[in-house]
Amino acid sequence: MKYIGKEMSRVDGVAKVTGRAKYAVEYKVNDPAYGYIVQSTVAKGRISKIDTSKAEKLPGVLKILTHQNALKVEEETRQFRALQSDTVLFCGQPIALVVADTFEQARYAANLVEIEYAKEQPSTDFSDTERVQSRGPAPRGKPAEELAGSPVKIEAEYSIPIEHHNPMEPHGATAFWEGDKLTVFDKSQGVYGVRGHLSRSFGIPEGNVNVISLFVGGAFGSSLNVNYYPFLAALAAREVKRPVKLSLTRRQMFTGHGYRPYTTQKVSIGAESTGKFRSIIHEGATNTSTYEDFTESTTRFGRTLYECPNYDSPYYLLKTDLPTPTWMRAPGAVSGAFALESAIDELSYELKIDPVELRLINYADKDPETGRPFSSKALKECFTAGAKKFGWEKRKFAPRSMRDGDLLVGWGTAVGTWGAFQAPATAKIRVRNDGSALVGSGTTDIGPGTYTVCTIIAAESLGIDPKKIEFVLGDTELPRAPSQGGSITTASVGSAVYGAAGEIRRKLVDLVARKEGTALFGASFEDTELVDGNLRLKSDASRSMRVVDVLKEGGVEFVEVEYQSRPSAERQKYTTMAHGAQFVEVKVDESLGIIKVTRVVEATACGRIINPLTSHSQEMGGVVWGIGMALQEATEIDHRYGKMMTTNLADYHVPVAADVFSVETDFVEEKDEIVNELGIKGMGELCLVGIPAAIANAVYHATGKRVRDLPVTPDKLL
Amino acid sequence: MRPFKYQSAATVKDAVGAVSKSEGSKFIAGGTNLVDLMKEDVERPAALIDVSRIDLKQVRSEGDSVVIGAMAKNTDTANHPLVRMNFPLLSQAIFAGASAQIRNMATNGGNLMQRTRCVYFYDTSMPCNKRERGSGCGAKEGLNRMHAIFGWSDECVAVHPSDMCVALAALDAVVKVEGPEGKTRDVPFSAFHRLPGDDPTRDNELKNGELITSITIPKNKFAGNSYYLKVRDRASYAFALVSVAAALELDGEKIKDVRIALGGVAHKPWRARKAEDYLRGKAPKTEEFEKAAKLELADARALEHNAFKVPLAERAIVRALRQASQ
Repeated sequence: MKYIGKEMSRVDGVAKVTGRAKYAVEYKVNDPAYGYIVQSTVAKGRISKIDTSKAEKLPGVLKILTHQNALKVEEETRQFRALQSDTVLFCGQPIALVVADTFEQARYAANLVEIEYAKEQPSTDFSDTERVQSRGPAPRGKPAEELAGSPVKIEAEYSIPIEHHNPMEPHGATAFWEGDKLTVFDKSQGVYGVRGHLSRSFGIPEGNVNVISLFVGGAFGSSLNVNYYPFLAALAAREVKRPVKLSLTRRQMFTGHGYRPYTTQKVSIGAESTGKFRSIIHEGATNTSTYEDFTESTTRFGRTLYECPNYDSPYYLLKTDLPTPTWMRAPGAVSGAFALESAIDELSYELKIDPVELRLINYADKDPETGRPFSSKALKECFTAGAKKFGWEKRKFAPRSMRDGDLLVGWGTAVGTWGAFQAPATAKIRVRNDGSALVGSGTTDIGPGTYTVCTIIAAESLGIDPKKIEFVLGDTELPRAPSQGGSITTASVGSAVYGAAGEIRRKLVDLVARKEGTALFGASFEDTELVDGNLRLKSDASRSMRVVDVLKEGGVEFVEVEYQSRPSAERQKYTTMAHGAQFVEVKVDESLGIIKVTRVVEATACGRIINPLTSHSQEMGGVVWGIGMALQEATEIDHRYGKMMTTNLADYHVPVAADVFSVETDFVEEKDEIVNELGIKGMGELCLVGIPAAIANAVYHATGKRVRDLPVTPDKLL
Repeated sequence: MRPFKYQSAATVKDAVGAVSKSEGSKFIAGGTNLVDLMKEDVERPAALIDVSRIDLKQVRSEGDSVVIGAMAKNTDTANHPLVRMNFPLLSQAIFAGASAQIRNMATNGGNLMQRTRCVYFYDTSMPCNKRERGSGCGAKEGLNRMHAIFGWSDECVAVHPSDMCVALAALDAVVKVEGPEGKTRDVPFSAFHRLPGDDPTRDNELKNGELITSITIPKNKFAGNSYYLKVRDRASYAFALVSVAAALELDGEKIKDVRIALGGVAHKPWRARKAEDYLRGKAPKTEEFEKAAKLELADARALEHNAFKVPLAERAIVRALRQASQ
């Protein structure tokens, strides 16, 4: 491989740092108007009166949309759609949109919209809300009986507060109409989803809607579902007959999309004194809204991870008067792992078995749920490599037994796992007679480096220098690709690019294989390859033609293909997962409760690594995210009002540079020919999954204090 | 944000004149807090009088004191040799606050004028007696993990957010203000900020139209033995759970003089005078620090979610004193 597996800087890096890369509300459009959303200040009830007359009189105000005058949408969905009725479902619900010549005018006018409510008492206190069991897999074996009969048992409860994605770029859209054709620059993880929604909302064909999302300043799941604001932007643009820019403020971001739900879990493990698991009951509940059910696989990941004959994973939803949660990086998996991997750590002290050893004792060589083999699983090797890099063998078993001066030192570990998914995806490639190629697919790049890895895959499979390749994405005019979520993009879109490159080669071979006198006369497709701008025989590299000459010989300016890749049937016979082992060191100033995550080693097995540079960045991001989740992040709610209160970046803490020390990554490459032809698994979520548990476990090892309610803030250690 | 008039003042006289003449006008310098509050619709000034260009930016020695100008930036103040040499405690405290970007914009006068970061104060749909007298206190029975354990009233449990002010309180600074008709007065730092009492709308004792012109810090013998400790939820850019400015003047085996002030615990920087009184004449030993801290915290009254601040403040006082004594 010439490009795959080699470090490459982001192809869009310069555009991003110079400001040439445009985000959703930065596009220059002719004479834009600006929207500002008015939000409900109560959590439940009805709007009894809404008076916009004062606001309408202000200079610059063009239009104020409310449920009384906004277009009613026929779309069948339980998702929240704005301005459709007088019912208030959550605090912060958009109840009016002010459109004005400037953002400042719109925001000022928003203050003057007078609203009265028929209020009802909201219910958001998780301990006191309706609990509904959600469907899930049947228990494996006899979990309750076997738990009761186990010689060693632990049982513990864990909780995780609501967390918000807080991407750097606030959600926003620029929308304009040309006749009945609508163009929307949106911040989105899936342009096709937004297109479908807008087409249904306005009753126009999908072909009339162009949704563009070339650059996304972080999304982490918050732009996977179609949010309510692109419709509002498009509706406003239609009403005022001008392009409209609509952007949420940071505060509005807390209710402008979903969030990681509040999660409460109980884990019971029964084990033999040898450490072998006999039964696991992992019970969980997450909150949802009153109008929509949002579920995660919170309690299910362990079923595939550990060899354990008896397993149950019941899961419940808690109905609250809050907006619906949504996917947030490693949804379900990281929440579930915090509880399960903490509980296993607790058990290790009960059994006096090293926590790495305990996990190896219960290692699943095949999927315990289905009996199917794993397409690949190098978790054992991750433990070996990670433990070595970390120096795990120097760990003293007992809590409070390691020190650095006055600081307590703790070493903790945990496992992360995430599915290696693939979805159908389409890519097109045009190879031109100047030796360059245009490659495109309608996926998005929310930051992991999709532009770059797809360029690498195209370069490798077309035999063209990456500098001569332009990869385009984020536009519904491009061939259809899945939304960027679930860590599927490289496996899905990468496979499409790879497959399309194969079809390009087929076309090139067709141009010359029947031409006598050319070097490739008589060549069969199977015996050819594209290397360094040449089409040549695998069996005889001396029989080679420059691709530009092939095009010339064929009398064409370019060749072009569109190719759809699909997950293979072979995959069905296997369980396809990615794994990682995480090792964390914390240093704790015990009397003041200050924790520093001084060292993290992530050993990861996620198939083939396309670009070690962006992969390392992803892992860094996962670790930093995990530090935030473990130690800092919480959206606090005042249940008396049903209102989220820490809705800004001063009160909602995420790690700063001073919170992050050494982060080392180690990829244990798996040669997996089952998952897809390139052997790619995802990694964007995986790298986060075990981190919060590993940190909490390290804190216990340092202090002897088990904190089961995140985040582990200083007060919890006092 | 509501529309407002803006005017730049060249002199203190102009500025004071402009503010005292028109109802609802306010001074603005760095704007690092006021502009936020205007965006949130908490502050609704009719006019802003920009005082940042007034020539009050020097830090200079004057007799037995150092005078720091009200318009000097926080960063420049913290880095100034006179401050670093005479009052490393102040330098440390300034650097413990906010972020580099904010410290580069924020002025010394503005730092004293910061308003609380109570989430109820910031949210105009919530009750807050500080923002709207008589509307109630959202935090007292609500989310009050960050709130006061000293000196709060039923009307308000908010805390003052500044780090710099905690050090200034410990250093017995004096705030020089100038009001209408050129009247100046000196306000001792401990009398500058208020406890909420029955009128939490007033953060301090400034009268309408009065502008802070400088802060005077008497020179002292604490420079060799002082320490600013800040405990917070993350390593930087977070308000204090508890902070301590501690300064000792040691005379052989005895504490000759001591200053302790706490941040994050009250509506104003909290001088720990009981602890100070106890420690004068005692040996700089951990046991004595512990006794002093316990004595100070005996009067603390915790709320539902901030009881941890009582032991934390106690430990932080001991730690800061230990650090200062070394």
